[in-house]
Amino acid sequence: MIQPFRLTTGRLDAAEILRFTFDGKSYTGLAGDTLASALLANGVHLVGRSFKYHRPRGILSAGAEEPNALVGIHRDAARKTPNVRATVQELYDGLAAVSQNRWPSLGFDVGGLNNLGAPFFSAGFYYKTFMWPRTAWERLYEPIIRRAAGLGTAPDRPDPDHYSNRFAHCDVLVVGGGAAGLAAALAASETGARVILADEQAVPGGGLRFETGAVIDGKPGWEWAQETAAKLAARDNVRLLTRTTGFGYYAQNMLGLVERLTDHLSAPDVDQPRERLWQVRAKRVVLATGAIERHMVFPGNDRPGIMLASAARAYLNHFGVAVGSKVAVYTADDSAYATAVDLKKRGVEVAAVIDLRPTPRGPHVEESRELGIEVLAGHAVVGTTGRLRVRRIEVAPVYGGASRQIEADALATSSGWTPAVHLFSQSRGKLAFDEETRRFLPGQYVQDALSVGACNGTASLTDAVEEALRAGAKAAKEAGAAKGRSKTVKLDARSPEAWSAGMAGAAPGAEAGKKAMAFVDFQNDVTAKDIRQAVQEGMRSIEHVKRFTTAGMATDQGKTSNLHALTIASEMLGKPVPKVGLTTFRPPYTPVTFGALVGHSRGALFEPTRRTPTHAWAEAQGAVFEDVGQWKRAWYFPQGGEDMHAAVARECLTVRHSAGIFDASTLGKIEIVGPDAARFMELMYTNPWQKLGIGRCRYGIMLREDGFIYDDGVVGRLAEDRFHVTTTTGGAPRVLHHMEDYLQTEFPDLKVWLTSTSEQWATIAVQGPKSRDIIAPLVEGIDLSDEAMPHMSVREGRVCGVPARLFRISFTGERGFEINVPADYGLSVWEAVWAEGQKHGACAYGTETMHVLRAEKGFIIVGQDTDGTVTPDDAGLAWAIGRKKTDFVGIRGLERPDLKAPERRQLVGLKTSDPKTVLEEGAQIVADPNQPVPMKMIGFVTSSYWSENCGRSIALALVEGGRERMGERLYVPMPEDAIEVEVVPMVFFDEKGERTNG
Amino acid sequence: MLLIHCPYCEEERPELEFRHAGEAHIARPENIAEISDEEFQRYFFIRANPKGVTFERWRHMHGCGRFFNAARDTVSDRFLMTYMAGEPKPDLGKAGGGAVRSASRKGTPA
Repeated sequence: MIQPFRLTTGRLDAAEILRFTFDGKSYTGLAGDTLASALLANGVHLVGRSFKYHRPRGILSAGAEEPNALVGIHRDAARKTPNVRATVQELYDGLAAVSQNRWPSLGFDVGGLNNLGAPFFSAGFYYKTFMWPRTAWERLYEPIIRRAAGLGTAPDRPDPDHYSNRFAHCDVLVVGGGAAGLAAALAASETGARVILADEQAVPGGGLRFETGAVIDGKPGWEWAQETAAKLAARDNVRLLTRTTGFGYYAQNMLGLVERLTDHLSAPDVDQPRERLWQVRAKRVVLATGAIERHMVFPGNDRPGIMLASAARAYLNHFGVAVGSKVAVYTADDSAYATAVDLKKRGVEVAAVIDLRPTPRGPHVEESRELGIEVLAGHAVVGTTGRLRVRRIEVAPVYGGASRQIEADALATSSGWTPAVHLFSQSRGKLAFDEETRRFLPGQYVQDALSVGACNGTASLTDAVEEALRAGAKAAKEAGAAKGRSKTVKLDARSPEAWSAGMAGAAPGAEAGKKAMAFVDFQNDVTAKDIRQAVQEGMRSIEHVKRFTTAGMATDQGKTSNLHALTIASEMLGKPVPKVGLTTFRPPYTPVTFGALVGHSRGALFEPTRRTPTHAWAEAQGAVFEDVGQWKRAWYFPQGGEDMHAAVARECLTVRHSAGIFDASTLGKIEIVGPDAARFMELMYTNPWQKLGIGRCRYGIMLREDGFIYDDGVVGRLAEDRFHVTTTTGGAPRVLHHMEDYLQTEFPDLKVWLTSTSEQWATIAVQGPKSRDIIAPLVEGIDLSDEAMPHMSVREGRVCGVPARLFRISFTGERGFEINVPADYGLSVWEAVWAEGQKHGACAYGTETMHVLRAEKGFIIVGQDTDGTVTPDDAGLAWAIGRKKTDFVGIRGLERPDLKAPERRQLVGLKTSDPKTVLEEGAQIVADPNQPVPMKMIGFVTSSYWSENCGRSIALALVEGGRERMGERLYVPMPEDAIEVEVVPMVFFDEKGERTNG
Repeated sequence: MLLIHCPYCEEERPELEFRHAGEAHIARPENIAEISDEEFQRYFFIRANPKGVTFERWRHMHGCGRFFNAARDTVSDRFLMTYMAGEPKPDLGKAGGGAVRSASRKGTPA
């Protein structure tokens, strides 16, 4: 094992040596390593280039807060995950990692020139530098900035992994598995409550990973944590989730957790989901999310080798890795002394402890001095040197005096700990600023939650464990789960360490007026100077400072930097921190993959596919399908190599010369039944219904209360108290919802029952001069003569022996029938009709032919020729409004002045002067094509087709005052040319409508 | 995702089963054809949109299908109560300190 900085095997499995590569170079690590700890064991600190200035960057932390050490993990061609935090990625055998944002190499990066142009990239440069000309943004600035400033590269293939999704309910959800979280889960589960404990690490224990002095229940802290986790996992009422991050706290105690299942495995089973999203509804939540250490803000604080003190300690105590051979410590609080002490005890040379405080006191300080560590109290680090790794630090007394250089290849810094209140804040709880310790702590709770331990500002282990035990028991009791005689859990927890609050903001050397590059936010390359500049340029709220500087807006969401930025801004503004405000914490706590959020809902499972009963038949006939909402509808039926144009032209001619058969099953159908059915119909539709005879049909128009067309369809009256209503294909659910709304809430006294029957009836349209001859042999019990069954009538009988509702209606302008049979018989009846049709030369036709034929007759399609702002009169359908009616939905809306204005757009027909030219649907219409741009648009094309039956193109359009413009020439400007059109009536074929009646 | 108590099913169910249906207690005028433009404007366009307690309609779309009313705090998203369509607007002074409950006759507090 050649890992020069591996002092011991720590708590890892020494027997299992793993190989991995970083930028193509081979290394080894141990099972249990993170990528970061394995790199450090090999002496690798330089892992990336910074976002804006391309400065060399190393590993800052040992956890989820990492801003710097982002790498790409490449498993195979399709599995290339960018922006993975090396401090979180567990090592597996064969892992291949690559650095990001560098060219040509990490050690020599051309983009590092940005560093020289730093003044140019200062705060707000996005808003100031690239203002003009506007087109340069697209062509020049943005591509260059995107290439130069960036993170990893997104994978270019679809994600081959799958992701699962679970819902769970529990009495108590504990987020965080450190000492406090484990204690809370222990106390809660002791009562019998159903507990879920989620921890983001592979192994619970939290800060006990590095806190060597902790003793709980008479055992070393880490050992106690492992025993307790095992005890909890063995309980039936506990679900212990490791590698699971609580990323979002939503309404009514619902939390989103993401469990990482395979990212740590060398060869994951292909059947295993990569991640699992947990949506947990908890009666009570215990937040034990700990605290995050802050770095010191001083000149040159971003060189590789400079890291958080707790991270250096975790690498040493947990992973057995020394972060350098000569380590200096720079601190403003007590906790960093433990890092110096632990390093020294393991034989690592400690260059010095530099402490900002003039007179640090306490057991750690004394122990450091006793171990012979030089403690420079009242000193600051005012500069660092070293190209790709820190080599030397410059140290000076805070209150004046000569500076000196200290050799060090690593620097562990700490300015204090920020309680991780992210989830508490997401729960809409109010944060309170504690003046004494200068940190934000949970204040007023809005949801049923409790915070314990470091995230609640509780500093000592003894207090944290006691607080957690109490909270666990209380949460279980409040959840109503605690049984009578459960015993109270007691734990004796002690640790010599107690954390003082430290400081926030810029340290000496990075004060106002200094030009030094002292980084606040490493990931977005924001310095103390940038924050001050933002204030100088007029930003007053922290929300503005954040957006102007982009501090806290990177993928780490400012976990280590937000309090620094806030403090610097508050000093500049001369206002106390709470008055400057705190930016809002929003989910997710750490980045969550789209895969986890999407789960199985992708590809074929993204949404349901609805198929009609004849789908397989159409498929076998070679039909081309189109998506209409969730439906697959046969679009056209090409024969013998026909293209769409040829197939549609043939289908259109065949229908008008012989007959065509069309699957109209997707039409929405609603059965309206009851003694008040006709009264209800009067209210829902503009038309009169009371006098509609039994067995007769009527074309109905439905409005919204504002007077605009909402839906349309043919309605048949089957009995005094029964209507068969059809709706547009896409409109069925909302029309039923609309009807239910009025029936339940406005007209609840009407005795009416509504039933959706869309999927119960298969609808086979037979249209054309031969339609009656085709269906006649199949129909029983219905007289099909024109006298007995005229256009717009409905009869009940049998077709192919199956109970059927037969409509004589036409959406083509030809004699036509629509056969409704129970859906299960749809295919066999279709096949029988098809067999008869063959004898008469009929064809099957699809939705495109249906569209062309109806446009030839000027029949509108709601949603294509109307857009939610079209009245019946606009559409030429004023005749469908019952003039004597005193009420229907929309009756008052129609009377609004604007809806009666004479210049409204009206639906008309258009004929291009060149009959071969087919207009584009959606194209705009102008009166004068030579007017200056921007032209006044007076309407647009809603439907446009080639009509083989008319031998020319046809179109429908909404045109201002359209009906007054008959015969007028208008123009449709296109990129090449303006197309001349003539305004004509909407009916292009059989103007008198004689064919419908046979 | 919210949990919503359907006063007809007398159960708390996830938001996925429901559909929001706008502000509650806006009755369609019985003589709607005769009302003035101003009256129509008030009825059709003007909504309270408060910050705080709002009365709104929901439909248990993928459950019983019934429309019902709810009092919800738009700041906390907390449902103060749900009640059947047609019941009068409740006096929230009596609704108690923010607890979700149902005003349905047989309903038990959730």
